Amino acid sequence: MERIAGMGSVALLVATLASAQGKPGISGDMVKIGVLTDMSGLYSDLSGPGSVVGAQMAIDEFGGKVLGKPIQMVSADHQNKADVAADRAREWFDREGVDLIVDVPNSGAAIAVSKVANEKHRVFIVTGAGSTRLTNEDCNPYTIHYTYDTYATGRTTGQAVVRRGGTSWFFITADYAFGHSLRDDTANAIKAAGGQVLGSVLHPLNAPDFSSYLLQAQASNAKVIGMANAGGDTINTIKTAAEFGINKKQTLAGLLVFISDIHALGLQATQGMFVASGFYWDMNDETRKFARAFQAKSGKMPTMVQAGTYSATLQYLKAVQALGTDDADAVRKKLGETSLNDAFVKNGQIRRDGRMVHDFYLFEVKAPSESKYPWDYYKLLTTLPGEEAFQPLAQSRCPLVTSH
Amino acid sequence: MREILGVPLPALLAQLVLGLVNGCFYALLSLGLSIIFGMLNIINFAHGAMYMMGAVLTWIALNQFGVGYWGSLLLVPLVVGLAGVAIERSMLRRLYGLDNLYGLLFTFGLALIMEGLCRYRYGVSGLPYAIPEAFQGGLDLGFMYLPKYRAFVVCASLGVCLGTWLVIERTTLGAYLRAATENPRLVQAFGINVPAMITVTYGIGVGLAGLAGVLAAPATQISPLMGSNLIIVVFAVVVIGGMGSILGSIVTGIGLGLIEGLTKVFYSQASNTIIFLIMALVLLVQPSGLFGRSESAS
Repeated sequence: MERIAGMGSVALLVATLASAQGKPGISGDMVKIGVLTDMSGLYSDLSGPGSVVGAQMAIDEFGGKVLGKPIQMVSADHQNKADVAADRAREWFDREGVDLIVDVPNSGAAIAVSKVANEKHRVFIVTGAGSTRLTNEDCNPYTIHYTYDTYATGRTTGQAVVRRGGTSWFFITADYAFGHSLRDDTANAIKAAGGQVLGSVLHPLNAPDFSSYLLQAQASNAKVIGMANAGGDTINTIKTAAEFGINKKQTLAGLLVFISDIHALGLQATQGMFVASGFYWDMNDETRKFARAFQAKSGKMPTMVQAGTYSATLQYLKAVQALGTDDADAVRKKLGETSLNDAFVKNGQIRRDGRMVHDFYLFEVKAPSESKYPWDYYKLLTTLPGEEAFQPLAQSRCPLVTSH
Repeated sequence: MREILGVPLPALLAQLVLGLVNGCFYALLSLGLSIIFGMLNIINFAHGAMYMMGAVLTWIALNQFGVGYWGSLLLVPLVVGLAGVAIERSMLRRLYGLDNLYGLLFTFGLALIMEGLCRYRYGVSGLPYAIPEAFQGGLDLGFMYLPKYRAFVVCASLGVCLGTWLVIERTTLGAYLRAATENPRLVQAFGINVPAMITVTYGIGVGLAGLAGVLAAPATQISPLMGSNLIIVVFAVVVIGGMGSILGSIVTGIGLGLIEGLTKVFYSQASNTIIFLIMALVLLVQPSGLFGRSESAS
């Protein structure tokens, strides 16, 4: 009698363990999505609460449920600190049953979270950060780099500027993973296009004053000053450059510019700048429809990060629905096999190194006279197919790719 | 062209001038902080938020009320000072008898609220504010192009610092203020309205932060984060200069601005941390700061 009870309980235990693996079905009877972002710092306008809005829009498109189970979203502020981001990711994966983390602007934080995702075997779609390390040295099977990276934006802008005659460069670089990545990727593209890099200066993230760095850039006599930074740092660099009359003799090149930056600076200060981006709200009816719905909720037009967060969440939910499970390995595999299309992405493909390759665009910022309505900031110069914009797989330093 | 450690002399001079501009800014901000700490023994963590409010109010003055830069220069510090007076009257004075830490916590909380409200309303990318027409363009100093506005900031900050020092150290009002905060009971016995003196002191200190905000508005993007980015550095300046020493904060502010400027040229990665390194060294050697009083205000 006792032995039957004993075997029965062992069988029950095994069955429970097997179902807890989640291979068929939804783990925890709920799909939980975590938006980990910069809610209050220098990147909060390009991602932040807007990314939360984007993710929520994707969840709303599913009616708040997938496969009959509720979808729940949680969000948190990583304060641009890698350790805070990693701790939060760990807590989310371990204790709160979060199945997917999206966004994470700030490459240092993103790299830290990607390691946690790899350790915990959960999907992490980076829609906010830019460093190419995420699909090279720091790649892993659970991290997808979705929206853009420093190779795509730096190279596209760098080449365009060199072709216009900007053959000598000086970089003002944010002193952390992202800034270095952006500077190096752009420098390689410039040299390949026949230009030269005269020098570079590093500044701390969130530097209060850029006059000193700009003066060094001016002293170098480079034709182009490349801004290897983003968000509030780029805005301050541009503003200070205007004050010091630097753009009379030298061109400022923004290597990662978001529509939120243009909106804050105004067209007078930014006209003629090149912007390489994965998304612009005013490109076609589908983007406009999405953008107006986004604007109704957040008061602003979406940046490519916010649109990318929407898209990543949507595609994840679609994969879960198609598979009937939220098992991380299965979903990752499914995402890699799907051709992705929605308001944000056209012809998107997720490669073995985790890079989501998709159409990328080069814009020029309009002059104030050319802008006819609010947020009418860009004119499209070229569309680049993904294989041209992003780093070729053959050049990848990702161990998942090179070991084959 | 002569070079020092690989940097051409004109470039070095230019960086020193920029360092001077920043230094005057630090001096102005640390002046207000030093007055509040030296005289009221309050660690005013809301100082950065007041600076930010000064800048935001300048923007509001222009865009909502059509008040230009010059009007803002006079009105905004007044408004910020009055806000400080209101805060002091209603909330801060209840904390005087308590440990320093309560003042710190309260003002820190206040700063978070103010920044949060502004961030909610305006976002972090910043609000644009044009340089006033009188100061557009720059001066060609030969070794560099100095924007006229930055030159004005230097002159204005130095003028205000000197004026404040004169008032506090050389006038009767200043004497009353200093006496009231050093020995409130005795001074009250003489019939002087000590609580009013204390309120005025806080108002002046905060008003100085507001003035710094107005000066900063055309030069930096007005953002809710501008105060929190600067406040820690300003605290370091006050600590190095000696808490409570007005002359100390002015001299230290300018000196540190110059040192920071040099660091940016020779090793820019350290430009954020050099001030804290100096602070650590000074505290090891002379805990009361370079110009501070050796007895700690209790």
